[in-house]
Amino acid sequence: MFTSDKLRLSRRQVLASGAAASAMSLAGFPAFGQSSQINWKKYAGTKLEVNLIKSPRGETLTKYQKEFEELTGITVVSEQTPEQQQRQKAVIELTSGRPSFDVVHISYHVQKRQFEKGKWFADLTPFVNDPTLTDAGYLSDFAEAGLAFAKSPEGAIGALPFSVDYWIVYWNKELFAKKGLSYPTTFEEMVKAAVALTDPATQTYGFVARGQKNANTPVWTSLMLGYDKYAISGGELQTDTPEAIEAAKLYQTLMTKAAPPGVAGFNWAECQSAFLQGKIGMWFDGVGFAPPLEDPEKSRVVGKVGYGIMPKGPKAQAAATTGDGIGVTAASKNKEAAYLYCQWATNKLMGARLLQAGAGVPFRNSVLADAEVRKGVKMPPEWVDAVAGSAKISRLTLPVIIPVTEFRDTLGVALTNLLSGGDAATELKRATAEFKPILERSEKA
Amino acid sequence: MSTLTSSSPAAAASPKKGKRLRPSYWPFIIPALVVVVGVILFPWAFTLWMSANEWRVGEEQQFVGLANYARLMSDTRFWESMGHMAVYTVLSVVGPLIFGTAAALAFNSKLPARGLLRGIFVMPMMATPVAIALVWTMMFHPQLGVLNYLLSLVGIGPSEWVFNPRTVIPSLVLVETWQWTPLVMLIVLGGLAALPTEPYESAQIDGANSWQRFRYITLPMIGPFLMVAVIIRTIDALKSFDIIYAITQGGPGTASETVNLYLYSVAFTYYDIGYGSAIAVVFFVIIVALSLILLYLRQRSAWNAGDTR
Repeated sequence: MFTSDKLRLSRRQVLASGAAASAMSLAGFPAFGQSSQINWKKYAGTKLEVNLIKSPRGETLTKYQKEFEELTGITVVSEQTPEQQQRQKAVIELTSGRPSFDVVHISYHVQKRQFEKGKWFADLTPFVNDPTLTDAGYLSDFAEAGLAFAKSPEGAIGALPFSVDYWIVYWNKELFAKKGLSYPTTFEEMVKAAVALTDPATQTYGFVARGQKNANTPVWTSLMLGYDKYAISGGELQTDTPEAIEAAKLYQTLMTKAAPPGVAGFNWAECQSAFLQGKIGMWFDGVGFAPPLEDPEKSRVVGKVGYGIMPKGPKAQAAATTGDGIGVTAASKNKEAAYLYCQWATNKLMGARLLQAGAGVPFRNSVLADAEVRKGVKMPPEWVDAVAGSAKISRLTLPVIIPVTEFRDTLGVALTNLLSGGDAATELKRATAEFKPILERSEKA
Repeated sequence: MSTLTSSSPAAAASPKKGKRLRPSYWPFIIPALVVVVGVILFPWAFTLWMSANEWRVGEEQQFVGLANYARLMSDTRFWESMGHMAVYTVLSVVGPLIFGTAAALAFNSKLPARGLLRGIFVMPMMATPVAIALVWTMMFHPQLGVLNYLLSLVGIGPSEWVFNPRTVIPSLVLVETWQWTPLVMLIVLGGLAALPTEPYESAQIDGANSWQRFRYITLPMIGPFLMVAVIIRTIDALKSFDIIYAITQGGPGTASETVNLYLYSVAFTYYDIGYGSAIAVVFFVIIVALSLILLYLRQRSAWNAGDTR
């Protein structure tokens, strides 16, 4: 099993990546494909099928795909499918052994382990080490979390790190100012602020986050990180430990004392809608949901939103992290051409475009640190600061296991029950006992 | 005198005995047979076979006999989903039946602009379920939805609708009722149009009031049509998926998870195909058994026009 602990960044790594990023930004970005020794036209005439998740990230790739086609002479046929359906389609086709696509876009936090066990990805290590296909030091710019996601326990490179999502706290500065509050720096302060901001008479609530089964699990595991606890550690479930129970109680307090009625059925979309109306003090979710908040056509909180790094928990300060990757299928007959596409998709220019459009955050440190790139970012500078700050305290939100959906569902039901008055310890112990055999079976298989 | 070389002209004209072409019709059923076997029988036989195996996508398949069915017995989530399905089905049949019958009676009378109103009334039935679900999801929103606003206009406090485990199933039934009441109305309206006028004339002479005419003449006579509506609605409600999935995905928690949704999760999000197949088989048996019971009841409720005893 892949242990989440590996992703914790050391101070030395952060400093090293920061220094590298500064050096690169001074040198400026080379236009993609111009400075390398790679013969981009080597696979001209090849036709690639690309399977993408329908999302702002997938749309960015499709939008600029013509550039790749002009650079390489490779024809790309890309298909974007909504996330859930894309996952099902990919799994079914890959199981058949004859997928219709050469390149596939995955959510690391859901599919990494499944793809590794199924041996569905081509090992990209030989391509990365081949100077005719890759520039030297190509991987050195990726954040440690991205590389940990990309590599299997055996060291093979599956999907290249494409985009990362850190969980941050969106907060309404106006509501905070009215109550004379400042942004919380600890969990304790967060609860106090959330309760102080709540006033059902004016339909104002201090906090909102996902309450819907499955979607709510990352909220709780993110809080667990503040207690310095991962959901699975050393192959053992930690979901009924005292720290897990404390995190669940915190979730329960925030969601029952300071959240709007009906939050048990809220996914991110309902949370976002509520926050956009200007009646919510804090919204805890992924950094990628920010763009509509600053869109005057959709938002009543334009210019009033603060973007805060996750407050410190009793034992640690951690930004929960999920991510996307893009890789080549083991069954593809055009692996080299497909690899060139993945390399293009994860290059600095595409990373800058993702960031500037607010479509996602690249795993590349140099992009985040580049002043020129930051100038073009549509989101406020505070958002970029929150992203950069979160990168320094990044930890994996979810365990890298195959039955991650069952994990989210089983524990998610327990969390939803807390919102109806359930006891945290009882619910978590029941859900843990229910999930344990599923995990054991999965690891033995 | 000439010698006859053949026995008779008739015998010469007919083909040789034993080579006579007999009409054969069986090749004509081959296309239909291929479709039925390929699209209906094979998937079912395969599902039945898969239900006797433990197979998760990406893992080795293993024959386990009836173990998947035994697992169902102790699966609390499965039994909860059965309960949700039962409640959802009963309410989703009763609601449209009452409102559809009332609407049919209204549209059967001589209303002004009856045709136009009837056309407007059947519109929900023509809409795509997922589109309907998205619109209703917005309407149900506890803070931003129009339904709570409407309640506030008549002095009723806000509801959490599909966002609360206690109110989620009745709220989903509201959508189902809104969409499928027109279907029941059309079926019952057809029945009302076919009713003879003599019993009503006799009842009027006997002094029966309108309620008595409805209770003792109309209702028994439209019984067979109501039974058709019950059968169609029951089967539809049992296999309802799109509206529930699009609005709640079975939530909050598993409060609106029916067998259909649970089956989908097991097979297509947990990729536990063997167990998912076992649930599908049980679900199929339930639907067939219920349909047979309803068809039997329908036959019992049919008019016995030729029975003069």
